[in-house]
Amino acid sequence: MSAAPTDEPAAIAVSSSASAQNKNAGPLLEVRIRKGIAGQNQEFVLEAEFRATPGFTILFGPSGAGKTTVLDCVAGLAKPDSGRIAIGDRVLFDTKLGIDLPVSKRHVGYVFQSLALFPHLSVERNVQYGVTHLPQSERAARAAAILQAFHISHLAQRYPREISGGESQRAALARTLVTDPAALLLDEPLAALDSPTKSKIIDDLRQWNQEHRIPILYVTHSREEVFALGECVIVFDGGRIVAQGTPHDVIEAPRQETVAQLVGFENIFDAVVESVHPERGTMTCRIAGEGGPVVLETPLVRGGVGSALRVGIRAGDILLATAPPVGLSARNVIPGRIASLEQRDVIVCARVKYRVEMEVHLTLAARDSLQLVPGREVWLVIKTHSCHLMSIGIKKETTSAFPQAGQSSHPLK
Amino acid sequence: MAIDWQAFWLTLQLAITVSAILLVLGLPIAWWIAFSRWRWKFLIEAVVALPIVLPPTVLGFYVLVALGPRSPLGRWWIALTGHTLAFTFSGLVIGSILYSLPFAVQPFAASFASVDHKLIAASATLGASPLRTFFRVVAPLSVAGLITGTALSFAHTMGEFGVVLMVGGNIPGVTRTVSIDIFDRVQASDYVAANQTALLLLAFCFAVLAVVYSVNRKAWIVRPIK
Repeated sequence: MSAAPTDEPAAIAVSSSASAQNKNAGPLLEVRIRKGIAGQNQEFVLEAEFRATPGFTILFGPSGAGKTTVLDCVAGLAKPDSGRIAIGDRVLFDTKLGIDLPVSKRHVGYVFQSLALFPHLSVERNVQYGVTHLPQSERAARAAAILQAFHISHLAQRYPREISGGESQRAALARTLVTDPAALLLDEPLAALDSPTKSKIIDDLRQWNQEHRIPILYVTHSREEVFALGECVIVFDGGRIVAQGTPHDVIEAPRQETVAQLVGFENIFDAVVESVHPERGTMTCRIAGEGGPVVLETPLVRGGVGSALRVGIRAGDILLATAPPVGLSARNVIPGRIASLEQRDVIVCARVKYRVEMEVHLTLAARDSLQLVPGREVWLVIKTHSCHLMSIGIKKETTSAFPQAGQSSHPLK
Repeated sequence: MAIDWQAFWLTLQLAITVSAILLVLGLPIAWWIAFSRWRWKFLIEAVVALPIVLPPTVLGFYVLVALGPRSPLGRWWIALTGHTLAFTFSGLVIGSILYSLPFAVQPFAASFASVDHKLIAASATLGASPLRTFFRVVAPLSVAGLITGTALSFAHTMGEFGVVLMVGGNIPGVTRTVSIDIFDRVQASDYVAANQTALLLLAFCFAVLAVVYSVNRKAWIVRPIK
């Protein structure tokens, strides 16, 4: 890159005021917004408050959760009812101070889901669009450098309609990044691409971000992208932040039911803690079912006997046996009967009934070798740690000034 | 009886002047109509569209009154130039601009509004001012609408009658246009001459529109504008 980032002074100012940001030297993006949104069916209020350090911050959640609106507010395309948005010590928006910088003065890069490449300009002219204030020679040099960094130098003279989806994606990123933005917003930019193309672009973007330490807000609803990119993930639902932390914290052990549904727990049950075994690090939970309870051994979490919680179990984590299994480490073996079998693409989705109904995912080969048919008697095998415990209902994050990753209150208090 | 070439050239001159002015004047109006979120915008849209439905005599009458020595505008013009606007070529231009306004503004506005909003947003996030966004993104992608609007206002002015008669009267070489010439010939029962002139106008307008639309057909296909 011939162009050096120009935000060093701001970076120093911020990292001295914000503690422990040394390894991420670069400006912080602070967002605290409140905005009423007229949705298709109902109105809801978007309330978001977070800090994004340099690097990737994933905004994750179902569509209509308010993720894109957050990006629009940061870019200045939408106006929050109240709040404050700042990058380092540069305030973009502040209702108290009466600041609302126009979009063109914010220096916030934004790559839309539709990419929005200018159809009447060549790739090169697209990339130069944001730097036309520079002298011709510098402009050309910067465009050439960024085109090379994103491996699209050979497409410089082509028009957007003449290049592929992955190439368009690279062109859109290059067009935005050549302006040296102070923050980058990406709205599901890779949604339409196949995985190999996707991972190559992610690599190039990561590479770029190593050299240009700016905060990147990345909206997605793909689990894979969360794990591929995530240093920090913020989960949105119904206009609110319901969880934040590292992808592992948030998605592998979701403490909120919304998160669990988002990340694919096919089985979610209401349960009551029957007994706790601190010495074994486990506890026993009772799920009410038809004709009696189902008892599960689960990991130990805070919460006394009698407290109510929810258990989430992924359908892919449950084993199925056609005879009572012996000599297993798994602590939960539940007898049942196959109620239905349904093939979905390359997996078989079995519903097994015993007091409660559980969904189990199997391969086609497993179904055939076990000769599974509806009505067949089976045993479900569930490891203790495949039982994920969640609090009941969406607990509002107690918004202490800026909740940091992994700091959210324990749901089972 | 020969064709009144003087009337023909005068009409051509008027149509070119009016469509050129409307191209400049119509852009900001169309931009505003396409992108304003003002709640009473529809009122302005209705005013702009009025000449489509209003009898030309009504429009011509009010323009005549507005240009006359009793209106502030008319008095100001007389103080400035020493003569009245009514029954002059300039008066004719003003009347024709009002009369053809919707034929320019509506295609302009429709083509501006059909430009993908994300492109406009992208331009802004890349640091471009609204004016720059207009000239670099919106206008190049609206070429078809700009051509259509200009062509329609040109052709519409070529054929106008009522407003011209009210505002300009029938002064040879100053305000007598082709359509008024045809009217005169019919009044004088000179059907042969009326027919010749009418045919000329018909053929000319058809040729202009045919050329414009054939160019436009290519512009509709998204292609690089160099």
